[in-house]
Amino acid sequence: MRSTTQLLELKPERLDVGEFSQQPISLSGRSLVADVSGALYWPSEDILIVADLHLEKGSAFAVRGVMLPPYDTAATLQRLAATLDAYPASTVMCLGDSFHDSRAAERMSAVDRETLSILQEDRDWLWLNGNHDPVIADCFGGKILHEITVSGITFRHEPTTSPVTHEVAGHLHPAARVSFHGHVIRRPCFVGNGKRLVMPAFGTYAGGLNVLDDAFAPLFGHEGLSVLVLGQEGLYPIAPRLLKED
Amino acid sequence: MRGVTEKTKKRAPAPANKGPAELPKPFADWFARRGWAPRAHQLALVEKSRTRRSTLLVAPTGAGKTLAGFLPTLIALSGDKRPKSASGLRTLYISPLKALAEDISRNLVTPVSEMGLKISIETRTGDTSVARRSRQRVKPPQILLTTPEQVALMLSGSDAGYVFGDLDTIILDELHALAPSKRGDLLSLGLARLRTFAPDLMSLGLSATVARPSELLSYLVPQSAPDLMRVMGDLVVAPGGADPEIDILEIEAPLPWSGHSARYAIHDIYRAIETHKTTLVFVNTRMQAELVFQELWRINEAALPIALHHGSLDKTRRLKVEAAMAEGKLRAVVATSTLDLGIDWGDVDLVVNVGAPKGASRLMQRIGRANHRLDEPSTALLVPANRFEVLECRAALEAAKAGEQDAVTFRSGALDVLAQHVLGMACHGPFSPDALFEEVRSASPYSSLTRTRFDRVVEFVATGGYALKSYERFAKLRPTDDGRLRLAHPLFIRQYRMNAGTIVEAPMIKVRLVGQRRGKKLGKPGAPRPLMGGKVLGEVEESFIEQLSPGQTFVFGGEIVRFEGMEETEAYVTRAPGVDAMIPSYAGGKFPLSTHLAKRVRAMLADRSRWRDLPTPVAEWLGLQFDYSQLPGADDVLVETFPRRSRHFLVAYPFEGRLAHQTLGMLLTRRLEREGTRPLGFVANDYGLAVWGLGDLSERIANGSLDLAQLFAEDMLGDDLEAWLAESSLMRRTFRTAAVIAGLIERRHPGREKSGRQVTVSTDLVYNVLRRHDPGHILLEAAWEDAATGLLDIARLGQFLARARGRIRHQALDRVSPLAVPILLEIGVEPVGQLAREDLLREAAEDLIAEATRTVEGNGDGREKHDTVARTEARAPRRR
Repeated sequence: MRSTTQLLELKPERLDVGEFSQQPISLSGRSLVADVSGALYWPSEDILIVADLHLEKGSAFAVRGVMLPPYDTAATLQRLAATLDAYPASTVMCLGDSFHDSRAAERMSAVDRETLSILQEDRDWLWLNGNHDPVIADCFGGKILHEITVSGITFRHEPTTSPVTHEVAGHLHPAARVSFHGHVIRRPCFVGNGKRLVMPAFGTYAGGLNVLDDAFAPLFGHEGLSVLVLGQEGLYPIAPRLLKED
Repeated sequence: MRGVTEKTKKRAPAPANKGPAELPKPFADWFARRGWAPRAHQLALVEKSRTRRSTLLVAPTGAGKTLAGFLPTLIALSGDKRPKSASGLRTLYISPLKALAEDISRNLVTPVSEMGLKISIETRTGDTSVARRSRQRVKPPQILLTTPEQVALMLSGSDAGYVFGDLDTIILDELHALAPSKRGDLLSLGLARLRTFAPDLMSLGLSATVARPSELLSYLVPQSAPDLMRVMGDLVVAPGGADPEIDILEIEAPLPWSGHSARYAIHDIYRAIETHKTTLVFVNTRMQAELVFQELWRINEAALPIALHHGSLDKTRRLKVEAAMAEGKLRAVVATSTLDLGIDWGDVDLVVNVGAPKGASRLMQRIGRANHRLDEPSTALLVPANRFEVLECRAALEAAKAGEQDAVTFRSGALDVLAQHVLGMACHGPFSPDALFEEVRSASPYSSLTRTRFDRVVEFVATGGYALKSYERFAKLRPTDDGRLRLAHPLFIRQYRMNAGTIVEAPMIKVRLVGQRRGKKLGKPGAPRPLMGGKVLGEVEESFIEQLSPGQTFVFGGEIVRFEGMEETEAYVTRAPGVDAMIPSYAGGKFPLSTHLAKRVRAMLADRSRWRDLPTPVAEWLGLQFDYSQLPGADDVLVETFPRRSRHFLVAYPFEGRLAHQTLGMLLTRRLEREGTRPLGFVANDYGLAVWGLGDLSERIANGSLDLAQLFAEDMLGDDLEAWLAESSLMRRTFRTAAVIAGLIERRHPGREKSGRQVTVSTDLVYNVLRRHDPGHILLEAAWEDAATGLLDIARLGQFLARARGRIRHQALDRVSPLAVPILLEIGVEPVGQLAREDLLREAAEDLIAEATRTVEGNGDGREKHDTVARTEARAPRRR
């Protein structure tokens, strides 16, 4: 088990048990807000950040004969729209793997394209490239970048595999397996240590990788990590000792 | 062969060895040489097969059923001059168990060689080597012993017409166990296809005694006019043997109120083992098996060879036990239902059944394991594990004496299985939907399938069948010029083969015993790896291992082990000598009480004159209930309400089995919630259920603001049921099974689990999306039907609610009644449902905050934690 002495590195600024739908996060001195939807909002910059949308993942499976329900893109965009209603940010940043593969554009329905372009109206839209979408079709508008630094915080798809600070990334789809009173719940989560943060995947069909997986080890070194687990109604800080491996 | 053991010859009275069904010479000689005579039902089957009549043989255990099934085919093959027109495979024997197929093979080879017959016999199971399997497709034996899954796989091959072209007989063993299940559905579709290849196919079904054989009779034959009539095969019934001698263990030790361990009786069970040659100790769950085994060894001063056998033990360990048993080296085996089906067990002279048998047929089958000689009475000892089970054992005994049998309950064929079959047929070659529909409807489970539903299933296979038609261009099935459908790409054949079968196990984890290395954790980078090659003890459900923390102990394979950690897909454990262990809480193996036994138990309770036959503690217990409250009548429903501590309880006694009670509990809780009585939880067992909450139910009923008749009204099976189901974890599990069988989700294959869980799509995600965006989807329909017939037992609950109408007797009490005690004792054993999940996360977060606060205060006396625990209890019942 990882160190359990350093709890609450994400340091929710208040421990209001009754109000869980969003949690303030302190990241290398900046104040951000983690939302129950899995999005991250940065009030002082008015940026909403989402990671790993994996649009058209369902149809990517269908291509090889696994006919998953074709509603994932619509569902993801609907949730993004709802999140933007709550945080009408002037800038949206998608942290890579926004599209499941390079041919997603060909498969996306006209309705879903229309929804996307409505969301993009009147705001800046940044697509960061990820390993699933090293190339992003021009038809999706917005600005396409590999990474970007805003007010000292660097945003990129894949987290740097050494204990750096001042970084927000996606890619790993962190999930926590919480064991409490003999019950086990597996849910996506934010994972960080107060200096860097890995965001949960926003996509409807995105799976999750356990935060205790080896892939997370080089990110946080020997310092404790803390997680904010996404429930249906709220985000919950969970003690590392309650986390289980898969 | 079963039924023809050494001892039989001395007493066999040689029935009807003459007449039209006289055996050919080598067979008659063989019987004569052994001093045996063929039994009437064996000859009857030979006669039936002369006229090619598909027939069901219903016979008790020990009646020589299997030999009867094979005799016609051996006779036909002994003088076989028929030219081969295809592969030469004549007979297919299908068994529900791999082990049974192997066992039959061994037992068949002996008489065949003794008769000097030249007949090739082989088995084909999942364990058969790939080389052998592919050879079997080119050059099959004359008799192939196999399983339903293998039949499906062989039928999906493009060479199926050649392989099965010469087939003339199918023997379906243990049909009563196989037919009413998804595997039975799959097999029925396979049978329909086999008849297309071999139209003169004769089916011989072998079954234990069942109450209504008609369902099995129609299973055997093609339904030629499914809308008009039901076609049935012929029936041969073997006479029952001597009545078994069954005793119920009655000792004057205080009987447990609840629980299933029968620990109180362990010395008596041990004494019974000591005084018999070989004893089979049957229990209902693997957890009980572990516990009873453990307890027996604790007192095994004579060091009797006592072994353990259950489904999650490693195969080699099971085989070892089976071999030792066959050689007569064991004095006792503690076993679960894995041994219910007819594997031959040598010379067992006593069967002990721990816990209630739950159904009369099951009891008879288990008892039949003793004394494989039809003419001698079997001896059996029933050991009730608690007070209610005393009544149930009595009922089972009476039912057995009255010759009452459990009915095989049939469901209509599952749609997920049909979807899998459709894809399999497409793998075989292009098919005409019209012809396939007719073929599918000739299988009795699918005889009432409508064309619309069939077409929706085909559409599902082709494109997923979604309301949003966006996958047309990726369709798996494409029309040919002549109106047939063909597979769009050969790649899908592999997909089918990887996912075929209807058994979707909860993910299992191997349990490996490694050397003791205290203080070193496994599975962490840098930690020393343990020595590999420790022996595999068996497998347990993933969900069980999930709950463990390194250092915790549990009983597995009869010994206490300490969980050390996970490595890939294996759980590493070390030996942990000591007596303090947490017992594995396996999910599998709970049978609900059968309907007719429930009826008998109710009648027994209602009739005071019969109590004096009961053991004193039980009679006293019922007497107390009579004095303090009242007893459930034979035909009505008793509902008690009483306060206890700061809660108010409602206890009902429907006697309809655990599944129906759980469903009822869920629905009552919802209704009480709406009535504002603030229910907090419920618990159910086989006999009744208890709901508790904060509102005073007695008061509400007395002042007329809560109407029990309305509370138990049948309309709860409408909206309430649907609303609850949609959110329930049970429905998610059912959907997962359906999605895997139907091929919507690919099976997880060993070794591929770790290949990035980010990449795979979990069925939970699919379920959520489908429910929201395509609520009418065929797979949701299929899952709902499964849940309704299986885990929810809706039909039985429906019958109960109809019976209860106008017959609810309410008794308000000021404290818990004697009869309610066993039910209340189950509180804390049952897991919380899905509803409480969000609460659980919230609690976990509060727990963290409590811990953080404590750290700040710097006094780790743990009081805050206890507060949290106490609060949790107030919300939901908790598992141990």
